[in-house]
Amino acid sequence: MPSKIDPHDLVKRVRRGEHAAASRALSIVVNDDKDSEILAKEFFKASGSAQKIGVSGPPGVGKSTLTGRLIGYYRSKKLKVGVLMVDPSSSISGGAFLGDRLRVMEHATDSGVFIRSLASRGMIGGLTYAIFGAIHVLETLGCDKILIETVGTGQDEVEIASVADTVLYVTTPSMGDEIQAMKAGAMEIGDIFVVNKADLAGKDKAVADLKAALGLGHSAGQAVKAWEPPVLASSAKSGEGIPELAKDLDGHWDHLKKSGEGRARLKRQHATELQFWIQRRVIKSALDRVTDKILEDMVLRKTDPASIGRKLLKIS
Amino acid sequence: MDKPLRVLIAKPGLDGHDRGAKVIVRALRDAGFEVIYTGIRQTPEMIAAAAMQEDVDAVGLSLLSGAHLTLFPAICKELKKKGLKDVLVFGGGIIPDEDIPVLKKAGVDGVFGPGTPLQTIVDYLKGKLAVAK
Repeated sequence: MPSKIDPHDLVKRVRRGEHAAASRALSIVVNDDKDSEILAKEFFKASGSAQKIGVSGPPGVGKSTLTGRLIGYYRSKKLKVGVLMVDPSSSISGGAFLGDRLRVMEHATDSGVFIRSLASRGMIGGLTYAIFGAIHVLETLGCDKILIETVGTGQDEVEIASVADTVLYVTTPSMGDEIQAMKAGAMEIGDIFVVNKADLAGKDKAVADLKAALGLGHSAGQAVKAWEPPVLASSAKSGEGIPELAKDLDGHWDHLKKSGEGRARLKRQHATELQFWIQRRVIKSALDRVTDKILEDMVLRKTDPASIGRKLLKIS
Repeated sequence: MDKPLRVLIAKPGLDGHDRGAKVIVRALRDAGFEVIYTGIRQTPEMIAAAAMQEDVDAVGLSLLSGAHLTLFPAICKELKKKGLKDVLVFGGGIIPDEDIPVLKKAGVDGVFGPGTPLQTIVDYLKGKLAVAK
């Protein structure tokens, strides 16, 4: 693409709310292209201005369709919505099929909605290393709510809790009993739990199982928290439960702003952003220097991981 | 590592036969592209808006209904209206040979009929987009 873009002019255009400028800025930041740091520094100034809602949960539970419903709800309240949807990159080809967008195409021509699909590009954990850069572009664009949909996750992907302000954990009536809900990992990070596909049988039992599992903490002597994660039922298909869900999302945002938790989370997000930056710069640059010659030497036992690792990281 | 090229595969109009589009999606994914698929029954405005927000390098259109002479040029026009002058537009489906020059004139760079080897399309995109970059 032509590189004759003045970064400061681009920032100005994003601040004015121009979608085309935001789109180009996102590419530059996500790809770590020339000028990406000049842009990222400017965009960071807007960080913390919008509620970042992480939508997480296993594949196929309806995260994208539910996201579409939330977009519709926020638009009915005249709020500007930014959406980032992450899908996995192939570890074999490096390519990706970004298939979330087709569930939210009804909002394609709404000038109050900006949607971008992102590939995980090698990051494990349901997100992509460039996620913060992308968020800051949408914050600068003036979005009131930013919905971040993770890759369909398993039991252990909790990165979203260090990225979003509010984690919405989506499940369905058929995702297992309360024993599944008692496990550590993904079930611990939800600020709001929603049993989606409530049009299917088993909704009430699933809600009850989740509540029971979450309530065990109290029986085990845990103090009542300032925010106890609510459990709701929704049907992204029919729209049932969406206003209630949006109300709880607002409630959590209020809680964050009124308590010290909001600042604590923002600090955790900044720590994670810094961690991602270091990973991209230090670890990746070291790994990029691993040559076939090094691997040959390891096969021949001429070197070992610790010796070559120290050399690559230039530490002694 | 080179950044993956991004391609939007879109199905405009009222034709719901999307197996061809899905095969292209799969082939491009396996060739290292990041592919976004719009799903079926999209208007030119929706396709252009998606292409703009996703900042894709190319837009691939699939149509089997016979409305390509109306819809493909309409999409090219919408893309230009959104300022996407550099985006490569290519298409496929049931398209008679005599229509191809008309589509090319409207801004569709390449047209691929049934039976085109997938590698031909992959090579075409890589070749065209490498020059553009």
